[in-house]
Amino acid sequence: MLERVAELVNGDPAIVRWGRHLNDTFMVEVGDDQYLVAVRAGRIESVAKGPFVMRSWRFAIRARRECWEKFWAKVPAPGWHDLFALLRRGDVAFEGDQRVLMAYLLYVKLVLAAPRRLAP
Amino acid sequence: MPARIEPITGRYAHLALEGKPHRIYFEEAGQGIPLLCLHTAGSDARQYRAVLNDPEITRHYRVVAFDMPWHGKSSPPAGWEKEDYRLSTSSYTGLVMTVARELGLARPVVMGCSIGGRIVLNLALEHAQSLRALVGLQSAAYVERYYESAWLNHAEVHGGQASGAIAYGLMSPLSPDEHRWETVWHYMQGGPGIFTGDLYFYQVDGDLRDRIGAIDTSVCPLYMLTGEYDYSASPKDTEAAAARIRGAKVTIMKGLGHFPMSENPDAFLVYLRPVLDEIRATTA
Repeated sequence: MLERVAELVNGDPAIVRWGRHLNDTFMVEVGDDQYLVAVRAGRIESVAKGPFVMRSWRFAIRARRECWEKFWAKVPAPGWHDLFALLRRGDVAFEGDQRVLMAYLLYVKLVLAAPRRLAP
Repeated sequence: MPARIEPITGRYAHLALEGKPHRIYFEEAGQGIPLLCLHTAGSDARQYRAVLNDPEITRHYRVVAFDMPWHGKSSPPAGWEKEDYRLSTSSYTGLVMTVARELGLARPVVMGCSIGGRIVLNLALEHAQSLRALVGLQSAAYVERYYESAWLNHAEVHGGQASGAIAYGLMSPLSPDEHRWETVWHYMQGGPGIFTGDLYFYQVDGDLRDRIGAIDTSVCPLYMLTGEYDYSASPKDTEAAAARIRGAKVTIMKGLGHFPMSENPDAFLVYLRPVLDEIRATTA
């Protein structure tokens, strides 16, 4: 699902605008798979899939595959519709520079929710 | 073509709170039973715009919604620049009862959301005899700290955008975009530190788990309405609190989130109107 997030985000100025000052890379872990999402001025430059060797990221968001699948339903069920709902239950973990995550929280939420548009 | 003007009037009242003079902004519409509305942490009384504008409600209720000190158009007290804002159970309880008394609201119905949904439980414990009924929206006895709210008041984080992001996630994906983003906008306008200071009450000082069993709903009826998408005060949290309060009446609002009155007013009013009708019919 994450492989296509660049086209979803970059075509949507309503998402890009909230990340316009972000020039950095964050990591999204989906079960055993890791993705490095490289952002420049709010546009997603690349989404690289691991495994990686000695790659840096500013912050990471980790959850099991089944959690992301429920999160990415077209209309998620209550408790699966927002990262902080998962956070409260311990179904997602945030690591790394929390300041940057919080500064770009709206952007990150909108980016990670974008794959719902691809759901059947 | 003249503009459509809403029936809401907004005025400023001078109140003494904890010994300090305050200038408080409040809005009202309607006549009849006073219905005092409490907004959520970090926001303001614009959340109640639809209740204030509902002729079915204002026909029988004098709806009053005020901005807490430091919030919306209510000023912080003079000297605010020297202190950190922090809400406590006692200051919040005192605020509500002072507003009710000094605005001349006799035996009001008090309806509060989120922190307001929590404080109505404390009002049930401490002021039941003075109140006609209590309506808790998104009520629970406790929420633990599951994120660091200090980030919402940090010079290297845009507090408005971060607060808006938090509020955005608490709403239902089914609520209409126009009202979701209006609700986010209110959060983005909050002054530095007000959301964090309110959350101190919500997550630390206002833990009522040990006390809610003592609420006597025969003195003052308690209604608890919770949107199903709320994960901060979830339906499970509301039902857990209600299970310990004999006579509490619970309604789970399908498809609604943490800000029902603001994120999806039309859907919320369908749930609220019968509650207010029942209060009018069964209380004095």
